[in-house]
Amino acid sequence: MIRISDLGVVFGKGTPLEKRAIEKIDLEISEGEFVSVIGSNGAGKSTLLGAVAGDVLPDRGRIEVGDVDVTRWRTAKRAGLVARVFQDPLAGSCGTLTIEENLALALSRGTRRGLGLAVTRARRAAFVERVAELGLGLESRLADRMGLLSGGQRQALSLLMATMTESRVLLLDEHTAALDPGMAEFVLDLTRRIVEERGLTTLMVTHSMRQALDHGTRTIMLHEGRIILDVSGAERAGLGVDDLVEMFRKVRGQELSDDALLIG
Amino acid sequence: MTSIAFWGAVELGLVYAFVGIGVYLAFRILDFPDLTVDGSFPLGAGVAAVLITSGVNPWLASLAAMVAGAMAGLVTATLNVRFKILHLLASILTMIALFSVNLRVMGRPNIAIITQETVLTPFYSLGIPDYYVRPAFVGVLVAVAVFLVARFLSSDFGLAMRATGANQRMARANGIDTGVHVYTGMALSNALVGLAGALFAQTNGFADVTSGLGTIVVGLAAVIVGETLLPSRYIALALVGCVLGSVVYRIAVQLALSADVIGLKASDLNLATAVLVTIALVLPRLRGRGSA
Repeated sequence: MIRISDLGVVFGKGTPLEKRAIEKIDLEISEGEFVSVIGSNGAGKSTLLGAVAGDVLPDRGRIEVGDVDVTRWRTAKRAGLVARVFQDPLAGSCGTLTIEENLALALSRGTRRGLGLAVTRARRAAFVERVAELGLGLESRLADRMGLLSGGQRQALSLLMATMTESRVLLLDEHTAALDPGMAEFVLDLTRRIVEERGLTTLMVTHSMRQALDHGTRTIMLHEGRIILDVSGAERAGLGVDDLVEMFRKVRGQELSDDALLIG
Repeated sequence: MTSIAFWGAVELGLVYAFVGIGVYLAFRILDFPDLTVDGSFPLGAGVAAVLITSGVNPWLASLAAMVAGAMAGLVTATLNVRFKILHLLASILTMIALFSVNLRVMGRPNIAIITQETVLTPFYSLGIPDYYVRPAFVGVLVAVAVFLVARFLSSDFGLAMRATGANQRMARANGIDTGVHVYTGMALSNALVGLAGALFAQTNGFADVTSGLGTIVVGLAAVIVGETLLPSRYIALALVGCVLGSVVYRIAVQLALSADVIGLKASDLNLATAVLVTIALVLPRLRGRGSA
């Protein structure tokens, strides 16, 4: 469960470059809901995600994750509640560490890290099982460096790492944008499978309206730091990309200018 | 090269292996170019020498040298983590400050402890020549250090430290307090360098305030030569590489100095080291360009 109330984020406050990234956002996401977030460049999508993750500290408002007020918590402290997958496949794992070491890092998320061995026999067996579920054949390469893998393979593992421990919220920041179409499809399917299996509360930022409607249970659209559209259930089920564009136009009274939103 | 000169080089290489491991922790694990070592090496030597001359148990004195080194590392880490000073600059500030601190600690630029009891004294009476005893003794300590550091870096905590150096953003997203790991890593790194200083003082019989000059370059040489000789993804082997690199480097220097043909003098050592490290740094890049 995520509750965001009266959120406001300003970058470069008091300087000539001051930018109101988030004007005012109120959003309540219930347990197990899968929300896709769309909006043109600069609409505030990534800032919203960053605010929930802790990378961006808000100037105003309150953020609660599962009834805990995390507004002033730093990223590392929130990590026990919030898991995330970055857009850049290289950002979510350590290229110089092996696959199993990366998995061990993710396994200890939200717990105290002691001096016990990180990769034990028992843990390795569990890793083999989990990685095999991906169907990429990586379970036989656990001792290989992460840096040897392709972007798609790394992103699939990042998703696995993010969902390895129990967390309340999963944040996906355009996590398929940097992948080739085939791999993007694979990672999206994997996302759907894992989110459904675990009943995770998920917030997924995407650039593609098609993707936003095809995945998840609810879609919100951001524009200039505000939520201008919030659809779910039956209303959302019948929607196509054209309808979204039409609704956007109605709400904003202007033509949708960002072509990138229409593609895909 | 005589046998005594050879074992002397091995001994020096093993003493500086602690510096190699320390520099490896800072440079390779934490990605923190740390010049503090130029100050924490003579600090360790000075602390050990002062305590030994005032009658403190040499083992305790060596431990104190490690603690002093760790504190120097913590100062640099604080300047960087807490006050956001660029890591290189933070370490230079500590290094410069340590020169004054070391003079205060020692009270004079040079302390002789050749007649004092050191950690080595009990082993000199075993009937084995001194020039074997010293490298054997230091070698055992190095082996223990390699084992402990490798084990530490394989733990959950150590892995988090490696993630901190490799990818801070990922580390934080996985709940790792990166600041804590920079503090711990820098303390550990400089504690090892402080120990190297203490052992240097005890094997050579003196502590000198200028003995720290170029410590960082010698440590880097050990790391780089080690990586060339023993490239490995396993942390334990990488650490063994640092030890090997340090010893090989010292033997190479000894060879160069004893070969009259080349005409090098002992005072050319720093120039030779800098040239060697530069070549080691540039070679992989040139090789990469050649194949591209």
